[in-house]
Amino acid sequence: MSVKVQLTINGEPKSVDVPPMKRLLDVLREDLHLTGTKEGCGEGECGACAVLMNGELVNSCLVPALQANGARLCTIEGVSTEGRLHPIQQCFLERGGAQCGICTPGMILATHHLLDKYPNPTMEQIQEGLAGNLCRCTGYMRIFESVQEAAKIQEAKGQAA
Amino acid sequence: MQEQKPILGASPIRKEGRAKVLGAAKYIDDQELPGMWFGATVRSSVARAKIRSISFTQAVDWSEYSIVRATDIPGENTIVHLTKDHLCLADEQINHPEEPILLIAHPEKSALLAGLKAVEIQYDQLPGVFTIEESEQAVANSDPDRIIWPGSDMGGTANCFKQYTMYTGEGKAAEDGIAAAFENADFIIQGEYTTGAQEQLYIENNGVIAECFRDDTGNIESVCVRGSMQCPYYLVHALTLVFGLPEEKCRVIQVETGGAFGGKEDFPSVIGSHAALLAMKCGHPVKMTYDRAEDMLATTKRHPSRTRLRTAVSKEGKLLGGTIDIAIDGGAYATLSPVVLSRATIHAPGPYKWPHLRVKSKAMATNVPPHGAFRGFGAPQSLFALERHMDKIAKTIGLSPEELRRRNFLATGDCTATGQPLVEKVDMDALLTRALKEAGYHEKIARFAEENKTSSIKRGVGFATFMHGTGFTGSGERRLNSLVHLDISEDGRPLVLVSSTEFGQGTNTILCQVAAETLQLPYEAVSIAPVDTSVVPNSGPTVASRTAMIVGKLVERASNQMLDMLQLKAGCGLEMFCAAALAYRKEHGSVRSSVRYEPPTKIYWDDDLYRGDAYPGYAWAVYVAEVAVDMNTYMATCTRFDALQEVGLVMHPVLAKGQVEGGVAQGIGYALYEKCVYKDGRLMNNQMTNYIMPTSADLPAIHVHFEEVPSIHGPKGAKGIGELPMDGPAPAILNAIENATGVSFTSIPLMPEDIFERFTSFTTPEHGGTEDLDPSVDRDTNVEVPA
Repeated sequence: MSVKVQLTINGEPKSVDVPPMKRLLDVLREDLHLTGTKEGCGEGECGACAVLMNGELVNSCLVPALQANGARLCTIEGVSTEGRLHPIQQCFLERGGAQCGICTPGMILATHHLLDKYPNPTMEQIQEGLAGNLCRCTGYMRIFESVQEAAKIQEAKGQAA
Repeated sequence: MQEQKPILGASPIRKEGRAKVLGAAKYIDDQELPGMWFGATVRSSVARAKIRSISFTQAVDWSEYSIVRATDIPGENTIVHLTKDHLCLADEQINHPEEPILLIAHPEKSALLAGLKAVEIQYDQLPGVFTIEESEQAVANSDPDRIIWPGSDMGGTANCFKQYTMYTGEGKAAEDGIAAAFENADFIIQGEYTTGAQEQLYIENNGVIAECFRDDTGNIESVCVRGSMQCPYYLVHALTLVFGLPEEKCRVIQVETGGAFGGKEDFPSVIGSHAALLAMKCGHPVKMTYDRAEDMLATTKRHPSRTRLRTAVSKEGKLLGGTIDIAIDGGAYATLSPVVLSRATIHAPGPYKWPHLRVKSKAMATNVPPHGAFRGFGAPQSLFALERHMDKIAKTIGLSPEELRRRNFLATGDCTATGQPLVEKVDMDALLTRALKEAGYHEKIARFAEENKTSSIKRGVGFATFMHGTGFTGSGERRLNSLVHLDISEDGRPLVLVSSTEFGQGTNTILCQVAAETLQLPYEAVSIAPVDTSVVPNSGPTVASRTAMIVGKLVERASNQMLDMLQLKAGCGLEMFCAAALAYRKEHGSVRSSVRYEPPTKIYWDDDLYRGDAYPGYAWAVYVAEVAVDMNTYMATCTRFDALQEVGLVMHPVLAKGQVEGGVAQGIGYALYEKCVYKDGRLMNNQMTNYIMPTSADLPAIHVHFEEVPSIHGPKGAKGIGELPMDGPAPAILNAIENATGVSFTSIPLMPEDIFERFTSFTTPEHGGTEDLDPSVDRDTNVEVPA
């Protein structure tokens, strides 16, 4: 049985016919060919599949397609604009925040969410804010530095505007 | 000549980094081939048994599926490592839980689960052995029912894959020296230390896509496997045997790999062979990807270990002699256990002078899935034991841990326990001084001792001093005989061709840096070819902290050779380089500078005596941990970490820091968080929900410090760095916990329940505790003071 699910993904309206309990992760990867969202554990522990749903950070492996009906979604593919890196992406690139890269899309979306909430996060807020995204390569230190640097850049941009 | 800033030592952008932060990097599960099917593995539900029958129920329509059994294998039924005991598919006998028995494929991935459930296997169960001790017991009792591995014509004896005996000097003389040392010792200190299994827990599970091609007559012509892996040529080798094809007919392509840590060193030979067999059977490309539960259940982990040390020490704190006995749990098949054991053995003496020492080691067979490569490769196990033991010696004889080590450090010109003279500069004293200063060690020792008196949070500091050998052990690099090409791309720019893979550590970046630095061209002008064995030469596996030093040196030599070929000087500039390269190609047809590993003439290892130059170079380190133990919850937390290492030239400071921090995080997990719980050989906590790795909220600030002493063996003096940071954290943390609580723990992972039990058991006689179970009394250490 399939149902029609309507989504706004990275600003574009999309409609898919999928089983209602299909994981949002699989809808993104299989039906919409947005493979930047990764699967790490399939049980909401690792955050590799994290996306923003109506501005909230969710693990897309735990969201049934039907629940996402009508939602506004942002995936890693929607973070950059016309091939230009978002400051968060630029900082992850320059500061060693990405090693093997498999956790990176989820980590960048978690950072996006964190900086929306706390434009100038304390170290504790960063550590808590990213605690749902596991990274096995970096030991997180380069990621923390990337986040702090991105916060600085965004703040400077905000002041300039 | 154009002046250029150094490229080695700077931190240019990671080559494949942009694709990664965009989410555009294509990992294996992001790829598909036309007409692709999906594969899955039917696995044993028991640890040890004879297969009585296999039946296919009518729950699914089997005409939709392709099935591969052991009898379908066109070549040998083996996954070759150092021996051929490891079967590709079990045929009669099961030797561990989750052993592959059948493979199934279907056009729809969603149909696989029903297919797996519709296979019924009957077993005649056999007794299994699940620990080192049970395996030893079976040998001691000559219990034929529990001899689970018979030995192999390629080495090993009943239940034992490999044994080594390593002596300082000639065997008989060393034994006499050891006996005399124990005779003359002021103290004889014994201890036993154990470590658990550890899951690599790369965030991307194992996965491949395989194709099989047939000629006009239907014969198998070639196979091609692409996937997530460290060592494409290992998989080529495995496929040549499984399919009975020559090497050039077995093509392997490494795609973007989402973490490995050793877990994708040997295992891709298994999943790669399986997928290729399914592709052969169904006539379609086949994708096999494990989910987390299957990956954790069925793939390799770090070897559990037990190490016993017996040391003769003078009252001045000199190590006079000793014996070290190491046993590791290899699991059901030999796989890489002999080489893991070798690294454990050679690292067991640590960075110390031992006048007389014997290290005996063995890898035992058990009915658990084979243990395999994981960052550190045996060294974390034996160094954990040694560095805990050094603190015990210090405590026993009344010296500080610092002073004891200073009295025994190896220094430039000394010989290691294998008889290797340390020709290049080694200054452990200076490293120790700096590390303790960076960590504020002495100030904290004094302050915490005072604060702990009135606090239920006990704080402490501890450290470990250690080294890690770069490159393959012993004669390994000679046998690998690695080959590297430097070529040019269409526009005349340099192109590095190696089989050395990128899986996060920075291979792509540092090898391009080496070429750019040597040619004095911009880093951006150099690229590295995708790893496809039909294109790149075999530069050896991407393991053993060998890429920077060994492969890097080859890239440096290939670059210099290319300058000679083109009759250019470094620094000629990009324009001139490209023009010369294109002109050369026009004239000669190709521009390829190939270089092969040349063993340094002064480096020699004797496999028979197990003596000589074990590694071309060593990285040296002092790691300092600060901990807090909450005496209400019994939770131990690492609250600050300082990692100082001497790794030769630091090629890329940002990547290097990232390597150390990541390794330290895994080491903290190894010590305090990550516990593999087994029942009858099966992992019970095969989920990220109940196998706990450190999150961003669990880790302390990790401070990374470098000393740079260039080595002649690496490009511009670089040495290996990848595995070193795995060796030090666990002993440093347990040493710090002893400093904090006064209690010595000898086993990792050290979980809150272990600390709880130790501190509370003496109060509960009804639960088996007795009055003499005072937690501060160290019962694991046996101290003798000879008359």
